[in-house]
Amino acid sequence: MATTPLHSTFRAPRITHRFVPVWRRNFLVWRKLALPSVLGNLADPMIYLFGLGFGIGMLVPEIGGVSYVSFLAAGMVCSSTMNSASFEVLYSSFSRMHVQRTWDAIMNAPVDLDDIVFAELVWAASKALLSGVAILIVIAVFGLVDSRYVLWLLPLIFLVGLSFGALGLVMTALAPSYDFFMYYFTLFITPMTLISGVFFPAEQLPAAVQVAASLLPLSHAVELARPLLLGKVPSDVVLHLAVLAAYGVGGFWVALGLTRRRLLG
Amino acid sequence: MPAVPHGLALASPLEIRGLRKRYGDNEVVAGIDLRLNAGECFTLLGPNGAGKTTTLRCALGLTRPSGGEIFLAGLPVPERAREARMRVGVVPQQDNLDPDFTCAENLLVYGRYFGLDDATITARIPELLAFAGLESKRDARIQSLSGGMKRRLTLARALVNRPDLLILDEPTTGLDPQARHLIWERLKQLIRNGTTVLLTTHFMDEAERLADRLAILDAGRILTEGSPRDVIAAQIEAQVVEVYGDWNGTARNGTSGAQAWAEAHAGAFARRYEVSGETAFCYLDDAAPLMAHLAEQSGLRYLRRPANLEDVFLKLTGRDLRD
Ligand SMILES: Nc1ncnc2c1ncn2[C@@H]1O[C@H](COP(=O)(O)OP(=O)(O)O)[C@@H](O)[C@H]1O
Ligand SMILES: [Mg+2]
Repeated sequence: MATTPLHSTFRAPRITHRFVPVWRRNFLVWRKLALPSVLGNLADPMIYLFGLGFGIGMLVPEIGGVSYVSFLAAGMVCSSTMNSASFEVLYSSFSRMHVQRTWDAIMNAPVDLDDIVFAELVWAASKALLSGVAILIVIAVFGLVDSRYVLWLLPLIFLVGLSFGALGLVMTALAPSYDFFMYYFTLFITPMTLISGVFFPAEQLPAAVQVAASLLPLSHAVELARPLLLGKVPSDVVLHLAVLAAYGVGGFWVALGLTRRRLLG
Repeated sequence: MPAVPHGLALASPLEIRGLRKRYGDNEVVAGIDLRLNAGECFTLLGPNGAGKTTTLRCALGLTRPSGGEIFLAGLPVPERAREARMRVGVVPQQDNLDPDFTCAENLLVYGRYFGLDDATITARIPELLAFAGLESKRDARIQSLSGGMKRRLTLARALVNRPDLLILDEPTTGLDPQARHLIWERLKQLIRNGTTVLLTTHFMDEAERLADRLAILDAGRILTEGSPRDVIAAQIEAQVVEVYGDWNGTARNGTSGAQAWAEAHAGAFARRYEVSGETAFCYLDDAAPLMAHLAEQSGLRYLRRPANLEDVFLKLTGRDLRD
């Protein structure tokens, strides 16, 4: 017997400017550890990019008219944005919600849960943007960036951060403990990375797998990021943006409802 | 025309009518009424699981009641709970200071949640740290603080918005005596300066020391309410004699010690008596005849004292263990 009816738990999010001090709280923590945090976020994609990029690049001379490492660069920007946002809303938000009880403290002040969860989402996207920019700078230094449209990558990275932040917050709302997040990475994030054109073009995969990839957000991020990095205008821009935005809005709505049920019951 | 604008001057800091909260089939708050007067310390006294925390969560608008009405700072809750919390400070049962920050940063960040600008908060930080006795810990990390220091910082944090009403959920549970006394001194100081305080506790001495009025809560119901003195006077006899030890008198039906004595004689002297373990508790208005009788017994030991809140509490909530 639910004490709160379902339509009330999953009512529309009510976002106000009061999310800002919550965002600032997370930013202040990050600022204390900014350098190790950025370097840590940079290490993984760089190892992949240069390890795989030059290693496989020896075997595969070109993909679609560009070197393999140039092809891979866009995939790395997208997947590391995804990972950065996901880690933040899974491990860090869960810690603030469940372990440190930071959200409880904030809800005793005049800030509602809607604003707290929204702040976590925007913060995850902001952090993804920070590490995305760091990656862009490094690959630009290595001459892997065509500068014509590269600034469009910044809002794109932020949007990808919002999409995956929102999806991750659904998991956080459901998680009994940190262990839960391993399944999310193993069963969802990693397979999606493999079929979404990050490491190799998705066209060579079976049709059913391609359909699956097209229903998930990462492939749409890659479809936009790759041409932009190579100085070209992407096709189907509206479709790709719509899918990413839909995951962001839908994921956030569901995550907020589940979090309300968990914390305000 | 009367000079009271919108009746606000008459508003109680917190008024609760007929509050109910059910979890599944378990009604953990089963019809609570209370009304705080501005400037008083009101204490909800109850054993573990009585529904104290749940009542506070409802009052703050953090969970939706199954029934009843709540007005916090004159505003209906949960509808306008967020606005009402502007005027309220909360010390939660579980410490939830921000471990990533120093003491001063904890206060700064928390003040921002009230919409205060950094200059205003920064100006308040020294006095808040002084109030908590933590001036020297301004830049200390939370992990380096003792339990008592954390509680005091949590109290200081709850004052960052200069609240009219301060709500504390078991503020001294788990603290050593020195730390508890320090918290009590600070609370008395706040009450003297006009802050309304709502406190939950399961410590009688805490309630007796601080409360202008208290309510004893058990299984989601208020069993009695009033000033500590009135509650004691209304609920229980003035004197208590505790009897224990061996007894050399003639026992009935195989009992021994204080229990045997109580079964043979306590009813003749005490209005009410109760045997718990090795001890007989005799409640009476005039202890003199019983004391004279006990002086003639051999082997028994006894202790005479005025009745206190603990006697009321145990009478009303029983002696069974709660977890
Ligand atoms: N979210 C919840 N879901 C189910 N039962 C709960 C929940 N919160 C509290 N309870 C139950 O309600 C009762 C009262 O709890 P609480 O208000 O925390 O008591 P107190 O603070 O007086 O110790 C307890 O039996 C507790 O197990
Ligand atoms: Mg409690």
